[in-house]
Amino acid sequence: MAEAMLAVEGVHAGYGPRLALKGVDLHIDRGEIVALIGSNGAGKSTLLMTLCGHPRAKQGRIWFEGRDITRVPTHDLVRCGLVQVPEGRRIFSRMTVLENLQMGALTSDSRHFRPDLDRVFALFPVLAERRAQRGGVLSGGEQQMLAIGRALMSRPRLLLLDEPSLGLAPLVVRKIFATLEEINAGEGVTILLVEQNAYHALKLAFRGYVMVNGVITLTGTGSGLLANPEIRAAYLEGGG
Amino acid sequence: MSARLLKHGAPSPVLVTAIREAALTGLLVVVLAVPFLGLKIENAGNGLLLETRWPAAFIAVGLAMGGRVLLVLGREWWHRPAVFDRFPGTVFLSERPLWGLGMAGILLALFLPLLLPNRYAIDTATTLLIYVMLGWGLNIVVGLAGLLDLGYVAFYAVGAYSYALLSLYFDYSFWLCLPLAGLLAALFGILLGFPVLRLRGDYLAIVTLGFGEIIRVVLTNWNTLTHGSQGISGIPRPSFFGLPFGVAVEGGPVTFSAFFGIAHDPLHRVIFLYYLILVLALGTNAFTLRIRRLPIGRAWEALREDETACRALGLDPTTIKLSAFAIGAMFAGLAGSFFAARQGFVSPESFAFLESAIILAIVVLGGMGSQTGVVVAAFVLVVLPEWFRDFVEYRMFLFGAAMVAVMLWRPQGLLSHRAPTLRLSPGPAPPH
Ligand SMILES: Nc1ncnc2c1ncn2[C@@H]1O[C@H](COP(=O)(O)OP(=O)(O)OP(=O)(O)O)[C@@H](O)[C@H]1O
Ligand SMILES: [Mg+2]
Repeated sequence: MAEAMLAVEGVHAGYGPRLALKGVDLHIDRGEIVALIGSNGAGKSTLLMTLCGHPRAKQGRIWFEGRDITRVPTHDLVRCGLVQVPEGRRIFSRMTVLENLQMGALTSDSRHFRPDLDRVFALFPVLAERRAQRGGVLSGGEQQMLAIGRALMSRPRLLLLDEPSLGLAPLVVRKIFATLEEINAGEGVTILLVEQNAYHALKLAFRGYVMVNGVITLTGTGSGLLANPEIRAAYLEGGG
Repeated sequence: MSARLLKHGAPSPVLVTAIREAALTGLLVVVLAVPFLGLKIENAGNGLLLETRWPAAFIAVGLAMGGRVLLVLGREWWHRPAVFDRFPGTVFLSERPLWGLGMAGILLALFLPLLLPNRYAIDTATTLLIYVMLGWGLNIVVGLAGLLDLGYVAFYAVGAYSYALLSLYFDYSFWLCLPLAGLLAALFGILLGFPVLRLRGDYLAIVTLGFGEIIRVVLTNWNTLTHGSQGISGIPRPSFFGLPFGVAVEGGPVTFSAFFGIAHDPLHRVIFLYYLILVLALGTNAFTLRIRRLPIGRAWEALREDETACRALGLDPTTIKLSAFAIGAMFAGLAGSFFAARQGFVSPESFAFLESAIILAIVVLGGMGSQTGVVVAAFVLVVLPEWFRDFVEYRMFLFGAAMVAVMLWRPQGLLSHRAPTLRLSPGPAPPH
C-alpha cells in the first residue's frame, strides 16, 4: 500500500486538562475525498484544528506527505500544502472580495496570483461579479465560496473543510459540494470534509469516518456508511 | 545587448533618471544661486564692493540636487511595483474620495505660517500636528492591527527622554537623536509586545495601561538618571541643519539669521519647528498609506478582523503583532524627541495617562483606521479646547458631551470608511 498523504496516529488533544480527542487514528490517501461525520461536540473541529497545530496534540503523531508535522507551527503548514477552511468561514468582512482572495495568496509565489485568481473565479463566477464588494455584505453562501476560494489561493494539496454547508440552503449546499468535487477531480486537491450534513458528505466522499466523543468509532466507504442502518438512524433520519 | 546590460551591470533606470533630473536641477540652481546667493554687493564707504559667498551658493545647489534625487527616489518608491503589485494583473486604488481633501489640507498646512504669521497660531498648529502624528502612529496599532493600547504615551516618553538624556549625557545633536529615539521606542514596543502576545481586548488594554504607568513611574523615581519629577531642562533646540537659531554673538557659531543675511526673529525657530513636525507627521501618514498595501499592513488589518483566519492562511500572528507595536511605537518615539526639542524641557508629568487617553480618543473618534479622521478628531480634541479657553472649567464636561454625542450619532467614528486597496487591471489577464 502506498504511503498515506495524511496519517494521524493515536492523537490526543484538548483544551486545558479536558481532552476533546482521545486517541484518534485516521489516514487520507492522495486524491481522495474523505468525510468526517459526528454529532455536535464530538471533536471534529478540534481534530481539524489539531492537524494545524492549534491546539497541539498532547500525544500521538501527525504525518503529512511523509513528514512529521506534529510540532510544525500553524502558520508554516500552509506553505507545506495543508490548508484549512475554518468553521464559520471567517472571511475578512471589511476587506473586499478581491482583497480576501489576495490574503490567501500571501504565502504563494506571486506569479501564480492571476492564474489562480482566474481559476477561483471560474469555479465561483459570483466572486468575480462581487470582487469589489466588502466580504461582510456577501450572503452566507457567497461567504462560504469566498472562504473556499481564499484557501485555494494558497495552493493546497490537502484542503480541510469544516462544515461548509453550515446554515446554507439545500440548493447552495449542492452547488458547493459540486464545486468541491470539481476541485478534487479537476485540480487534484485531496479533501477532508467535516460535516453535520452526513448525507451529502457521504455521497460525495470516497471514504468516511464517524467520530463519537473524541474517538473514531466507525469507518468505511461513503456508500457503505450511507447504507449502514446505525448511521442512518443516528445521522440521517432526524438524528444527530 | 542593452537588455543584457540592463539585466546585469547597468545602473537601474531610476538612478539614471534621478541623476539626470538632479543634474538639470543643479544647473538651474547654479544659474539662480550664483547671482542671488554667491555674490553680494556691499556698500563700503568708498564705493560698492563685490563680496563672494560661494559656500552659500554651493550649499544651495547641493541641497537642491540632493532634494531632487530624494524626490525621484521617493516618487519611485511610491509607485514602484512593490510586494503586492508584483501580482500581475492588479492595480492599486488610491483613497480617491478623500484625496482632494487631503491635498487641500496639506496645502493649507504648507502655507499656514504665511497666512497666520503669529507665534500663537503656529504654536497651536505645532501642538495639533504632534497629536496628529501620535494619532497616526497609534492608528497603526489600534486602527489597523486592532490592538487596544492604553499606554501609547509610554513610547512618546521614551522618545522624549531618549533625546533629553542622550543630549544631556553625551551631547548628541537632535538630528542624531531623532532616529535613535525612534529606534529605542520601537525596541520598547517589542518589549511590551512580547508579554501581551496572547492577550486581546480588555486584557490587552489593562496590561498596556500598566506598561504606560511603569514607564512614567520609573522616569519619576530614577532620580540619578532622569532627575525625577523635576525633569530635565536646558535640552538643546534643534538647529537648521547645523545653523542654530538665536541671536548671533561675536565668536559664536554662525546662526540661521546671520547665514541667510536676515534680521534675527524668534519666529524663525517657531516656524522651523512647525515645518519639522509637519514633515514628520506627513512622513508617518505616507508610511501608513503605503504599508496598508504591503503584505505586512494587510496582515495587520486581517489580524484586527480574525486571528484564527490569519493562522489558517499561513500568517504568523506573533510577527504581525510585534511589528505593529514596534512601528507604532517608533512614530511615538520620533514625535517624543520632537516634543523634547521643542519644549527644551521634559518631565514625567507630560506623559500621564490622560495623554494616552486623548491620543486613543483621537483614533477612535476619527474612525479607527481612517487617516483623515485622525486629523479631524485631533482638531476637535486639541484645537477647539484651545479656542474655548474661557470655558476652561467646562472643558472636561464639553469633552465628555462631545464624545457621547459622537458615540450616539456616529458610533463607528467620524470617518470610518475603509478604502479598498486594489482592483483588477482592465483587459484580459496577462499571458503566462
Ligand atoms: N476553544 C475551546 N475551549 C474549550 N473547549 C472547547 C473549545 N472548542 C471546543 N471545545 C470542547 O471540545 C469538545 C469538542 O468540540 P468540537 O468543536 O471539536 O466539536 P465538533 O465535533 O466540531 O462539534 P460541532 O459539530 O458542533 O461543530 C466539545 O466538548 C467542546 O465543548
Ligand atoms: Mg465543529
